[in-house]
Amino acid sequence: MGFRVMPKSAFPGWVEQMLQTYRVVGPRKIRDRYMFDEVNSPGDLDLTYSTTVLPPKKVLLPQHEELLSFDLESGKMEAAIDTQPTVLLGVHTCDLHAIRLLDAVFEDGYADQHYIARRQNVLLVSLECLSPCTEKSFCKSMGTLSVTEGYDLHLTDLGDSYAIDIGSERGQALLELTENAQPATDADYSRLNQTLSDKWPRFPYRLESDITELANLLAVSYDSDLWEELGEKCLGCGSCTIVCPTCYCFNVIDEVDFSLNAGSRIRQWDGCTLSQFAVVAGGHNFRSTNQERQRHRFFRKGKYQMEAYGLVGCVGCGRCAEACLVDINPVDTFNELSRRRIPMTRRHKEVLP
Amino acid sequence: MTLLKDKIVSSSLYVPVQATIRDIRALTPLEKVFSLTLPDGMLLNHEPGQFVELSVFGVGEAPISITSSPSRSNGFFELCVRNAGDMTGVLHQMKPGDVVGVRGPFGRPFPMNRFLGKDLIFAIGGLGLAPARSVINQVLDERGKYGKVIILYGARTPGDLLFTDELEEWDRRSDVELHLTVDRPAEGWDGNVGVITTLFSHVQVYARNTVAITLGPPVMYRFVLMELLGKGVPEGNIWFSFERRMKCGVGKCGHCQIHHLYTCKDGPTFSFAEIKHLEGAL
Ligand SMILES: Cc1cc2nc3c(=O)[nH]c(=O)nc-3n(C[C@H](O)[C@H](O)[C@H](O)COP(=O)(O)OP(=O)(O)OC[C@H]3O[C@@H](n4cnc5c(N)ncnc54)[C@H](O)[C@@H]3O)c2cc1C
Ligand code: SF4
Ligand code: SF4
Repeated sequence: MGFRVMPKSAFPGWVEQMLQTYRVVGPRKIRDRYMFDEVNSPGDLDLTYSTTVLPPKKVLLPQHEELLSFDLESGKMEAAIDTQPTVLLGVHTCDLHAIRLLDAVFEDGYADQHYIARRQNVLLVSLECLSPCTEKSFCKSMGTLSVTEGYDLHLTDLGDSYAIDIGSERGQALLELTENAQPATDADYSRLNQTLSDKWPRFPYRLESDITELANLLAVSYDSDLWEELGEKCLGCGSCTIVCPTCYCFNVIDEVDFSLNAGSRIRQWDGCTLSQFAVVAGGHNFRSTNQERQRHRFFRKGKYQMEAYGLVGCVGCGRCAEACLVDINPVDTFNELSRRRIPMTRRHKEVLP
Repeated sequence: MTLLKDKIVSSSLYVPVQATIRDIRALTPLEKVFSLTLPDGMLLNHEPGQFVELSVFGVGEAPISITSSPSRSNGFFELCVRNAGDMTGVLHQMKPGDVVGVRGPFGRPFPMNRFLGKDLIFAIGGLGLAPARSVINQVLDERGKYGKVIILYGARTPGDLLFTDELEEWDRRSDVELHLTVDRPAEGWDGNVGVITTLFSHVQVYARNTVAITLGPPVMYRFVLMELLGKGVPEGNIWFSFERRMKCGVGKCGHCQIHHLYTCKDGPTFSFAEIKHLEGAL
């Protein structure tokens, strides 16, 4: 399918149209940072944003979410399913890749109806990245610097206009809210191609090995000294998992209202880098040290998720690197493991007499 | 005929069905057996080794093994629960007629098909008898399908032994070999004293044809394993059930992960062959 072109001057009008029917969530500038938040008027949006503190996963998997409410007196119990029609606007491609992983996880086996209901009612309008958002991002290494699927609409900034790829019928209908998206002309095609080929050299490769080697690299690095070193540095604050678009581990707790007769069961984000994550009754902790927790975190990012879902477990957004006070991050970790990797041949020689 | 499982597929996987407590039996000051019925003739339809997520509304939810065997589910099922924290603490205060929430059954059951014709040796410590009882009674109800049945069971003191009425029943059977031990004896105890591994000298097994099912606290596993491997029981025939923190029961919340495996859906039953390479699993 070809793409459409919309002059930027028509963009606010289109968002106005969306706001008639949808909740619109997109990047907004709050003081000197950006965050995904509900927009009330087109002027709230800033599509030139670098990165956001929290990823857009919070729209699909809120930080604090009611799963069900119960009333003990009447015995009534009800699932809280949120179906509010929403446009999630301006999602960078790394975050779009992350949402594909969340989709796979929550659809797998017993489907999570709460996530899926939200997901089905969220239209994803993604945005092509044309320059690195921070020094810490490494999306190009992780293969997330572009997308070919998974969006309803995909925007590319052409200077005075947007090129708009249509990824679904729902996306098409959303685009029909405006009359200003015209079929692309030959000139538009060459402008888009130029823009896309210009962008790639602006992004560095930061991972020193190939992404397809990560799982194997980790497999031989379980006993690396690096885990101990990371464990000694790590503060166990859990910021890295909170800001991560591919982290979805959660806790479930009950909250009771003042009558003590009614309440809710709540899901909230949790993180495997927090010390109590794997504690069981009796107090035994199955990952009792920062060292074990960091290793588990990076094995999930570089190995387990890829093996379970065929999708990258780290999309290279760099948010955790921004958030970590002691400068622990995936790309440096993977690179260091790679440097310390003992070649197979040498290991064999050492073991064999 | 509705299954409990279909219920959670239709509305929300997190919404429990309201089960009624029909009977409560105290086994020790810390452990009680709760007999539960599902509403509207709904069936649990479980297999030995599976668990449910049990909730007390307003307090919380926790995974609990189903201790009754599928062969004995006459419209109810049983859970043996230790008072260990918030939810189980409140549960222990509850009375027959009270309502609790149940989701499940979850987890990979023991592969009973692969146990057919084998000699079975159960090595059980403490609360491990709760999940083990489901397997044992299933086996006893189809006794002819299996070889020898040997049960080794250890508790801290004689007063901590669970299901003593059934222990006596098993002891009386000529087709079951039961050996008990306690860490610390009490007045009137004339049985074995010592950890569970001291019982292994009493039993003869044809190792190659033996399946071992070992259930108990993590500290026990390593020692029992050494005995079993020492006797020559094949690694793939040694089965455990693991306890981990769990919040969903279906492989999403992340708490129960052992390396790449989720205890809730890939387990909680695992053979030694499956987990021997995974540091920290045992
Ligand atoms: C597959 C499986 C089967 C099981 N079968 C049985 C069974 O048949 N019978 C049985 O009695 N038990 C069983 N258990 C164990 C049972 O699920 C736990 O004992 C459970 O924690 C009890 O819930 P609770 O709300 O009473 O305890 P909790 O209030 O959750 O507290 C229990 C302990 O967990 C730890 N803990 C809880 N929350 C936190 C937190 N936020 N931070 C730090 N530490 C915390 C503490 O050490 C606390 O002492 C099973 C567990 C599994 C995984
Ligand atoms: S691990 Fe860090 S860089 Fe990778 S996706 Fe998560 S937050 Fe982004
Ligand atoms: S953000 Fe850094 S210090 Fe905090 S838990 Fe993660 S790795 Fe450790």
